[in-house]
Amino acid sequence: MALWAEITISLLLVIAGFFGLVGSFGLIRLKDAMSRLHAPTKATTLGVGGVLIASMLYFFAGQGKVSAHELMITLFLFLTAPIVAHFIAKVHLHLRERPEALPRPADNAEWAGFAAETPARGARRTKVEPADTDMAD
Amino acid sequence: MITYALIFAFASYGLALLMNLYRVMTGPELSDRILALDTMVINAIALLILYGILRGTAVYFEASMLFAMVGFISTVAYCRYLLRGGIIE
Repeated sequence: MALWAEITISLLLVIAGFFGLVGSFGLIRLKDAMSRLHAPTKATTLGVGGVLIASMLYFFAGQGKVSAHELMITLFLFLTAPIVAHFIAKVHLHLRERPEALPRPADNAEWAGFAAETPARGARRTKVEPADTDMAD
Repeated sequence: MITYALIFAFASYGLALLMNLYRVMTGPELSDRILALDTMVINAIALLILYGILRGTAVYFEASMLFAMVGFISTVAYCRYLLRGGIIE
């Protein structure tokens, strides 16, 4: 294998490992649930992207094959990471925050996530009861 | 040189999985546990691809693709269940 390929692959692998470690360290280091959402969904996606590019380069330089599987995995992860982050933020908003405690939206409108949410049949009550308001802060 | 970089990447992703496991066990809220499980899935995908580089085969790409899809669907289903009380309405 050529020297430039070895150097590039090693650099990509080290960067990817570092970013994976940083993303998971932020998951246990940050205090708030909403700030914890920030660390892994960005940094770990970058780490996995580095690993996938390194793998693509490795198989191209070693065996001369160009494979599109890595690009598919990268595309899938980049598409799904914002959706997952949105869903988890919404779960946190509905289970732990009250609409009165949040800042008001513009034009004196309601929060769209709370206004559009009509509970389905048999749904659990997501409104915080007055007994456990000490957990809301 | 690639071998040492691979060992470093394996070690850091293993450590990252342990950190995620700690957050899954001691997460104060339910959303933290879901987030830590999703991060575990992403780290496991990275470990699978690293193992594929180590063995020099392309077999593990299909496995990691399946892992990515199943992880995304399970995370969305869990959030959906918490939000609406049902997954398919």
